[in-house]
Amino acid sequence: MEPDLWQLYKHMYRSRLFEQVVQAIWEQGLISGEMHIGFGEEAIAAGIVCQLKEGDAMALDHRGTPPLLMRGIEPTLLLREFLGRPDGLCGGMGGHMHLFSSEHLSASSGIVGSSGPAGAGFALAAQHLRPGTLAIAFFGEGATNQGMLLESMNLAVAWQLPLIFVCKDDQWSITTRSASVTGGQLVERAKGFGLHAVEVDGTDVEAVWRSAGEAMERARDGGGPTFLLAHCVHIEGHFLGFTLFRAGRDPIKEMVPLIGPLLRSATKWKGGSSQEKMRSLTDIATRARDALQEQTLKEKDPLVRARQKLISDRDRLEALETEVSREIQDVKEAALKD
Amino acid sequence: MRTMSFDEAIEEVLALAMADDPRIVIFGEDVQMYRLNLYTQFGERRIRETPISESAFLGAAITAAMAGLRPVVEVTLVDFLGVAMDALLNQASKLETFSSGKWKAPFVLRTTCGGGLGDGGQHQQSLWGWLSHIPGLTVVVPSTPGDAGGLMLSALKHDGPVIYMEHKLLSDFWVENLGYLGRKTVDFDLPLEGMRGAVLETWEPIPFGRAVSKRSGKDLTIISIGVGVHRSLEAAGILEEKGIDTCVIDLRTVSPLDTEAVCEAVSNTSRLLVVDEDYQGFGLSGELAAVVLEAGIDANYGRVCTEKTIPYSQELEAQTLPNKERIVENAVKLMDR
Repeated sequence: MEPDLWQLYKHMYRSRLFEQVVQAIWEQGLISGEMHIGFGEEAIAAGIVCQLKEGDAMALDHRGTPPLLMRGIEPTLLLREFLGRPDGLCGGMGGHMHLFSSEHLSASSGIVGSSGPAGAGFALAAQHLRPGTLAIAFFGEGATNQGMLLESMNLAVAWQLPLIFVCKDDQWSITTRSASVTGGQLVERAKGFGLHAVEVDGTDVEAVWRSAGEAMERARDGGGPTFLLAHCVHIEGHFLGFTLFRAGRDPIKEMVPLIGPLLRSATKWKGGSSQEKMRSLTDIATRARDALQEQTLKEKDPLVRARQKLISDRDRLEALETEVSREIQDVKEAALKD
Repeated sequence: MRTMSFDEAIEEVLALAMADDPRIVIFGEDVQMYRLNLYTQFGERRIRETPISESAFLGAAITAAMAGLRPVVEVTLVDFLGVAMDALLNQASKLETFSSGKWKAPFVLRTTCGGGLGDGGQHQQSLWGWLSHIPGLTVVVPSTPGDAGGLMLSALKHDGPVIYMEHKLLSDFWVENLGYLGRKTVDFDLPLEGMRGAVLETWEPIPFGRAVSKRSGKDLTIISIGVGVHRSLEAAGILEEKGIDTCVIDLRTVSPLDTEAVCEAVSNTSRLLVVDEDYQGFGLSGELAAVVLEAGIDANYGRVCTEKTIPYSQELEAQTLPNKERIVENAVKLMDR
C-alpha cells in the first residue's frame, strides 16, 4: 500500500489551522495556563493515527490535540474544553493536558513518561478482548529517561504486547538539551530491551506512514511491540510563550532585564572559576539562540514539506485548503458561541 | 530592613551558602536555565541539569548527602514526586531511625506547589499533608520573602531531609513561566504581600516548627500556610468590617507542627478555622482538629480546603481552591454556632 498524501496533508493542515485558533485564543487570555501546541508534530500524528482502526487505543502525552483531532474527535468539543466550558470534551475539568475519550479509547496525561504504562495497559486489553487491535503510546525523547517508560518497554516485550512506542524527538527537554542528559542512542537502547526499533524522519509524513504501517501490521499479527523514533521540531517551542524562544526572538526586551543580575553573579569572587562563569554565560546565550533557530527551520516544517509535493496540482490543493479553512472557521465560531 | 521578592530571597540565601560551603550542589530539571544567576556564579559542576528521571536523581540526592555532599535537589512541581516516592517514603525518611540516629541525609528537596494558574489537577496540587504524614521528613512552606530566606537557611543547615515547598503564586518566575508567558491578557489572583516584602539585612535561620502570628484577634483563630495565609488575611479584613476580630496564624512548617502555638491561639478565641489549600480529607486540617481535641480545648471548628481534584476551568479552579469568600462564609458560620 502507498500513502494517500492528499488525505494525510488534509489531516495535518486541519490540525495546524485548528491549533492556530487555539494559539489565538490563548494569546487573548481565554486559556489561562500553559498551552503545549503540536505545531511540528503533525506528520508523526497523521502518519500513525490515519492508519488506526476501530478498537485501537491511544495513550497521549501533554500534546494530545493533533492525534485526537485526527482520530475523529469533534473539534468544537476540544476548543470548548480549552475554554474551560462545561460543554467541552471533558466538561472543562481536564484542559489540554488531560483529555479523555472513552469512545476513542484515548487517554492523556501531563506526567512525563506515563503514556508508556498507559499504552501497555491498553495493549494488554487489546490482546485479551480485541485481538488484532493495538495501542499507541506517544511521548517525547525527554520521557525516555523516565523509569516508568523504560519499565513499560520491557513489559511490552515480555508480554509481546501489540504496542507502538512513538518517540517524538525534538532534542530539547524544555530548556535542557536532551543529549546532555541522555546516555547512548535511543534506538540501540530500545533494541537492548528486545524491542523492534525503527528510526524515521518525523517531518516526512509519508516516511512515518510507511514505518508506522509496518509496525502496526507486526503488532496486529501478534509480532509484538515496536519502538518508533521520529525526529521532529516544535515550531512554537515547549509551549506557547516559551522563554527560550522569546529570548531568541526579542533579545533586547527579554535579555536586558537579566543582564544586571547575571553580571553581578559573574563578577562575584566566590563561586566558580572565571572560566566556569564565562562558560555559563555563553551557554545561556547559545541556548536562547539555538533553540529558536533549530526548531523554526522552514525545511523541517512537516506541512511545508508535504505541501511542496502537492503544489503541482494547485487547484486541488487550494480547494482542499479552502474547505478546511471554512470548517475550522465554523468550529471557532461554534465554540465561542454562548 | 531591605525589600526583595520571594525568588530573590531564596536565591540570595542559596548563593551566600554555596559561596561558603563547597559541599552544596544543586541538581534538578532545567536548573541551569531556570536558575540563571546561580548557574553563572557557580558553573555547571555545582548547578547540574538532570534528565527527567526523578526517581534516580532524588534517590541519588539521599546517598550523596549520606556521603558528605549537601544537595539541593529540584523537582519542578510537587506533583512530579509521584514517580519518585520511594526515595522519600522508604529511603530518606527511614535512614535516621534505621541507623538509630547514627547516619543522616542532609539534603533539601526544593519544589513548587499550589494552584491558581489554570494548569489543572496534575500540576497544581499542594500535597504537604501527604508528605508530612511520613515520619522523618521536614516539610516547610514559606509565605513571605523573609520566611523564604530564613527557612531556606535552616534547611541548608539541617541534618536531615527537608522538603522546601514554594507556592507558585508567590514566585515571579513561576507566575511568568507557567501563567503569563509573555501575555498581558490574563489575570491571576496574586498574593502581592507574599511576593515581595521586607527581609533582614543579614539572614537569620528561622527554626522549624515555629508558627508566627500575622494578626491578632479575640473572636476567631484562622490557621493557615502558604498562599492560604494571604487569603486568610484578606478575609480577616472583611470579617473586621462585620465586627469579627480575627487572629491569623501562619504555621510556616507543616512537619514539625507548632502544636503549642496552635493550642494557645485556639484557647484564646475558642474558635478555629483551618484554611488549607491541600486536600481536605486525611490531612493538615484534620490533624489540627486532633491537636486541639487532644489538648482538651473546647472550640468550634471549621475548615476551608481543597475538597476534590482541581478543575482546569479557571472559574471552577477559583471555587475549588480556598478563596476569601469561602473563608468569610465559613468564619461567619463558626461565629453563629
